[in-house]
Amino acid sequence: MTTLHIVNKSPFEKNAMESCLGHALDGDAILLFEDGVYGALSNTRIANEISRRAGAVKFFVLGPDLNARGLGDGRIADGITVVDYSGFVDLVTTHGRTQSWL
Amino acid sequence: MKLSILVNEGPYTHQAADSAYQFTKAALDKGVEIFRVFFYHDGVNNGTRLTVPPQDDRNIQKNWSDLAEKHKLDLVVCIAAAQRRGILDEGEAKRHGKGEGAANIAPGFRISGLGQLIEAGIEADRLVVFGD
Repeated sequence: MTTLHIVNKSPFEKNAMESCLGHALDGDAILLFEDGVYGALSNTRIANEISRRAGAVKFFVLGPDLNARGLGDGRIADGITVVDYSGFVDLVTTHGRTQSWL
Repeated sequence: MKLSILVNEGPYTHQAADSAYQFTKAALDKGVEIFRVFFYHDGVNNGTRLTVPPQDDRNIQKNWSDLAEKHKLDLVVCIAAAQRRGILDEGEAKRHGKGEGAANIAPGFRISGLGQLIEAGIEADRLVVFGD
């Protein structure tokens, strides 16, 4: 059973994202939203970790929360897919369970 | 596919309440069933009818009430968390002697116990948690 991990904290402020990466198994998906979208930026310490895991773990970021913070698609690290709320719902329904890393 | 939603934060303090609303709305728009939305901790503040935000701001509480009316949503507020924060329905207002008109639960919300959260987790295929 695959898990959708939901991260709403900036990795530059809290360690929720790092904990999540440590627990995520191959085949799982990680969705970054709210302040978690800062973890989707390119050229950061966490971006290296994401690119190392990308493929085995699928990475997604919520577009509306990127836009609300003035972060366009151009600044997103490779291997991360931008989704809207409809895509968020699809991620929940297509994975066996969800885990919010609050 | 049936989903349940847990909201642990109040409106205008954390994005969780907005996110939960947008997610719930998107799910309903896609035809995904929402079994229940449960409001816990400061999340119970989503269920007061007395908020009057500025006219150019979103009214989160009213958004929930409108969504509940449109889709026959079950919006449940935790009773213990609600009593601590002054969220009362007619019955609770009377029981605690708070006087006429003290009930402030918003339309479409109801007050109940934690068992409703457990049931929401059991009956739905997924429980999605929004909080801080």
